[in-house]
Amino acid sequence: MTRAALAILGKDLRIELRTRESVPAMALFSVTVFVLFHYGLDRDSLDGAIAAGVLWVTLLLATVLGVSRLFVTEREQGGLDGLLLAPIDRTAVWVAKAAALLLYLLLLEVVAVPAFAVLLLGTDLLAVLPELVAVLVAADVGLAAVGALVAALAVETRARDLIVPLLLLPLVVPVIIAAAAATEPLLAPAQRPDELGRWLLFLGLYDVVFILVSVAVFDFLLED
Amino acid sequence: MFGKGFAPLSILTAVAVAAAAAMVFFYAPLDADQGFIQKIFYVHVPMAIVGLLGFVAGGIFGFQHLRSGDRAHDLRSYVAIHLSIVLAVGVLATGAIWAKASWGHWWVWSEPMLTSYLIIFLLYCCYQPLRFSIEDPDRQARAASVFAVTAGVFVPVNFMAVRAVESVTHPRVLSTAGSGMPAEMAVTFLVSLVAMALLFATLWKLELSGKQAAIELRRLRARLELDAERSEPLADARPAPGAAAVPAGQ
Repeated sequence: MTRAALAILGKDLRIELRTRESVPAMALFSVTVFVLFHYGLDRDSLDGAIAAGVLWVTLLLATVLGVSRLFVTEREQGGLDGLLLAPIDRTAVWVAKAAALLLYLLLLEVVAVPAFAVLLLGTDLLAVLPELVAVLVAADVGLAAVGALVAALAVETRARDLIVPLLLLPLVVPVIIAAAAATEPLLAPAQRPDELGRWLLFLGLYDVVFILVSVAVFDFLLED
Repeated sequence: MFGKGFAPLSILTAVAVAAAAAMVFFYAPLDADQGFIQKIFYVHVPMAIVGLLGFVAGGIFGFQHLRSGDRAHDLRSYVAIHLSIVLAVGVLATGAIWAKASWGHWWVWSEPMLTSYLIIFLLYCCYQPLRFSIEDPDRQARAASVFAVTAGVFVPVNFMAVRAVESVTHPRVLSTAGSGMPAEMAVTFLVSLVAMALLFATLWKLELSGKQAAIELRRLRARLELDAERSEPLADARPAPGAAAVPAGQ
C-alpha cells in the first residue's frame, strides 16, 4: 500500500509541478482575500481575535479551492478508471490524495502566513512562530483528511463545484473553532497562550477521528 | 416489508402525543422565572434529542449499508436523515422563539446547543443535494452512506468543540434543563420525549413503506411495459405520422 500511495502522490506532485494549477491559485487567492479584508474591515493592522479569524477563514477558503481541484485530473482525463483497474488497496488513493493536499496546504501557508504578517498583522509574528506552526500543522492534517474524503464524495456528482464548499465548510467548523481559539492569544499583544495545549490536543483528536473515519469509509466511494 | 406493526405503533404514538400535550398544559407547573413560555421546553428539547439520535441512526444504517450492500439500509438511513432535517428546522425555530422570549434575542451565540445544532443542520442540508446529484443508483447509495457515517461521527465532535469554546470564553450562566427541575416537570419532560421518539418512529415507518411501495410500483410498471412490448411487437415499431414530432416527457 505504501508503494502504491507513494506512486499516486508522486504522480500528483509531478502534475502540480508541471501545470502549477492548485498551489499558486490557492496562494494568490489568499493574498487577494487579505486585501479584501483590509478594505472590508477598513483596518490597517489587526491583532487578537480578528487577526486569528481573518487568517483562518482565508486559509479555509483557500483549502476549498485545493479540495475541488484534487480529483480533477482523474475525472477529466479518465485517470479514475486507471486507478480503479489497478490491483491496489483503495485506501492508498486516499492516503496519496490526503498527503498531496497536506503538502499543498503547507506550501500555501508558507506564502499566506508571511503575506498576512506583512499586510495585516499588527503584532510580531516571529516571536510566536513555533507555536503558530504547531497549530497550523495540527489543523492541516485534519483539513487534509476531511478534504480528501469530501473531494472523493463530490467527484461523482454533477454539481461538484457547489458540493465541495457546502460539504467541507461545516465539517471543518471544529477546526476553525480550535485553531482560531489557539491562534488568538498568539496574535494578541502581551497575552500568554495558556490554553494552547488544550486546543492542540483537540485538533489532534479531530485529526485522529477523521483519519479513522476516512480510512473506514473511503473504499466504498471508489467501487466498480 | 416496512409496514409491519404500523397500526399498533401509530395508535401508541397518538396516545403518547395526546398524553404529553395534556401533561404539558395541565400537569406541569408554571416556571417561576419564565412563566408560560417555558412550556416550549417540552417541544424544543425532545425534538433536539430525537433529531440528533435520528442523525446518528442515519449514520449507523449507512454503515450497515456499506458493510452489507443491502439497499434497504440505505433507504432507512435516507429517511432517518430526511426526518431529522425536518426536526432540526423545528429545533432552530423553537429555539429562536424561546431565546427571544426569555433572553430577548432571536439568536444567542453563547448557547452551545443552539449553535451546534445550526452547524449540524447546515452540514446535513447538503445530504440531499449530494445524494440527488449522483445519477447511478448504486453510487448514489454508497456516497450517501459515506456522508451519513462521516456526518454521524461529526455530530459528537462538533458538540465537543462548540462546548469547549464556550467554557473558555463565556462561563455558562444560562442552564436550560438543570438538575434542579421539580419532579412534575421531569416526568412531563420524559413523557414528551417518549412521545416525540414514537412520533419519529411512526413517521419513519410511514415514509419507508411509502417509498417501498413507490419502488415496487415502478418495478411492476416497468415489467408491465416490457410485457406489453413483447405481446405486440409490431404495434409501436413504426410510430404514427406526427406522433414522433414531440418526444414524450420533455
